[in-house]
Amino acid sequence: MVNSNYIIEITNVTKNFPDKVVLDNVSLSVRKGEFLTILGPSGCGKTTLLRLLAGFNSASSGEIVIGGESMTGVPPHLRPVNTVFQRYALFPNYNVYDNIAFGLKLQKVDKAEIENRVKRALKMVGMTDYEHRDVQSLSGGQQQRVAIARAIVNRPQVLLLDEPLAALDLKMRKDMQMELKEMHRDLGITFVYVTHDQEEALTLSDTIVVMNEGKIQQIGTPTDIYNEPCNAFVADFIGESNILNATMVRDRLVRFMDKEFECIDEGFGENTPVDVVVRPEDVYIIRNAEAAMFHGVVRSCTFKGVHYEMFVETPDGYEIMIQDYNAFEPGTEVGMMIKPADIHVMRKERTENHVEGVMIDATHVEILGEQFECLPQEGIEAGAKVDVAFDFSAVELTDDPDDGVSWGTIRFILYKCDRYHLTVRTDEGENIYVDTHDVWEDLDEVGITISPKALRITKL
Amino acid sequence: MKRFMKFFNRRRSWSLPYVIFMAIFVVMPLVLIMIYAFQSKDGSFSMENFHRFINQPEAANTFIYSIGIALITTIICLILGYPAAYILSRLKLSTARLVVMLFILPMWINVLVRTLATVALFDFLRLPLGEGALIFGMVYNFLPFMIYPIYNVLQKMDGSLIEAAEDLGATPRQVFTRVVFPLSTPGIVSGIMMVFMPTISTFAISELLTMNNIKLFGTTIQENINNGMWHYGAALSLIMLIIIGITSLFTDSSEDGANEGLL
Repeated sequence: MVNSNYIIEITNVTKNFPDKVVLDNVSLSVRKGEFLTILGPSGCGKTTLLRLLAGFNSASSGEIVIGGESMTGVPPHLRPVNTVFQRYALFPNYNVYDNIAFGLKLQKVDKAEIENRVKRALKMVGMTDYEHRDVQSLSGGQQQRVAIARAIVNRPQVLLLDEPLAALDLKMRKDMQMELKEMHRDLGITFVYVTHDQEEALTLSDTIVVMNEGKIQQIGTPTDIYNEPCNAFVADFIGESNILNATMVRDRLVRFMDKEFECIDEGFGENTPVDVVVRPEDVYIIRNAEAAMFHGVVRSCTFKGVHYEMFVETPDGYEIMIQDYNAFEPGTEVGMMIKPADIHVMRKERTENHVEGVMIDATHVEILGEQFECLPQEGIEAGAKVDVAFDFSAVELTDDPDDGVSWGTIRFILYKCDRYHLTVRTDEGENIYVDTHDVWEDLDEVGITISPKALRITKL
Repeated sequence: MKRFMKFFNRRRSWSLPYVIFMAIFVVMPLVLIMIYAFQSKDGSFSMENFHRFINQPEAANTFIYSIGIALITTIICLILGYPAAYILSRLKLSTARLVVMLFILPMWINVLVRTLATVALFDFLRLPLGEGALIFGMVYNFLPFMIYPIYNVLQKMDGSLIEAAEDLGATPRQVFTRVVFPLSTPGIVSGIMMVFMPTISTFAISELLTMNNIKLFGTTIQENINNGMWHYGAALSLIMLIIIGITSLFTDSSEDGANEGLL
């Protein structure tokens, strides 16, 4: 699989920390000269992946190849990459010039050449005449510029950037984004950029890699990722979106909000449960409710600078987010339309919960580390390993973790226009998925109860 | 009563007992030393005591010898202490705490008891008491004061600085010489202060570990005062105070600069 177009090849890389899997079988190739962004919420493993590339951590398994050479066992100082750190990491004992010259001096580049290159690097980041300043006297933005100069002056094959703009204020961040993009074009080297800011990723990148829970969710161009998110997580994370449960009736026809809509997706099969994503700017809102595809009442309207953001409630209780240049007063009856091409259909990752368990006796099964009551089971002896399935809506959550049979922490909340789809991580580290109308908050600790009738048990 | 409560409730007022204690047992003696040092035996102002220090070789020699011993002790402490602190700072925090604790544990025992135990140890091993024993005793007593500040600075050092140096091509050795060591100087400086200053004025350790054969400056002061030579003793104390004061002033300013660098 040697392909000279790729500067970085990551193959089946897994990284375990003592108590969790941070990267789970990640594979990724980066083209030469590409601006690639790894995007994801905090704790998704993006920084760990960058640290594996830099060599600060080593992978538990899998291989990383940079510039055609395997990096397994290669220490950071011998790798053809340089890093720009989030908190700059400038050496406080050196001035600006010596910070930037640090790498070149180690390579024993001759003095005149060092001076020449440091000056050029300073010019590139717009910091000419700052050579002799103490790094501590610089502002955050200036320090970050010096940090970038310190990395690019070594002419690495790959520049790694770990949330370099996260500590800057909004205005500064926008300016720096443009400058980074220019620098990338002028230098012609590969940038691997880590951020949790989706807007930044969309603005800067040639390719975006969306990560969550140690896994790559989607790889694509900014337009692809925005227009064709491959699952509900990506759709929710990138931009604003309405995500709904739907059924693919047949090719080019999808049913959601109890109505059938034409779409352009094919190949999902007939009557298949799917998720549908509609971007808020893709819903057309009109005064005439009769002529529209569906109708509702405006519940709120907020001015957002360029557009208005409105929430419209349909008679069936679905809440749709809409962005439009025209404002509609709350209380107005309105009609809505969606073009077939703007309905994005995504395969559901799962339609019910599946967990492994052990039969305790005829009416009890051990799942999620606790004993749950179930309907009397025939033909499954005590001690047998079983698969237990239950619907998302069969799970009841309680405020007090002690009130449930088992307990867990809410890790991810997805709003589906009429309900919340929650990911709950149990104390045993298993994920279960819950549909609820109640409002919970991220990281709430909840008790978990499941009705005995809802448990469908099959012997493994 | 109301007024008293108001006075009592002000947090500043709570420092009053300490202020009074300081005034009586620290400030007053310092003032007395100043006054005594510039008086002759009959109580009139004179520089007699200082002339005597300069003209009498015995006290001045002891002074120079004491500084020499203090320097040797400090250097040995630094050579032993820095690697120890460095290794400690690399350990897991819980392990490091335990080891630091083990280093500090002997400090809970009174210095005289420890020194007497050292004497007994030397006797048992049939090693001669004298200069070697003195330096051993000093290093043994003051080593933790060197390790702790250095460990503190190293442990708080931003790990990304080390990673940045590695990233820019520094070998582990270069990371140490170009980044870690320069950035740990504030710890070294305060370690040196903590060892050097008290070692100049010790007398118990030198008396016990050399069977009174070697006199340090602390001993000279103590002897003078014990023999009723209050004025000369006060002058000698003042000279020592000035030397310590100068070194601490010098290091304070450099430490400030270095600490700023760490923030």
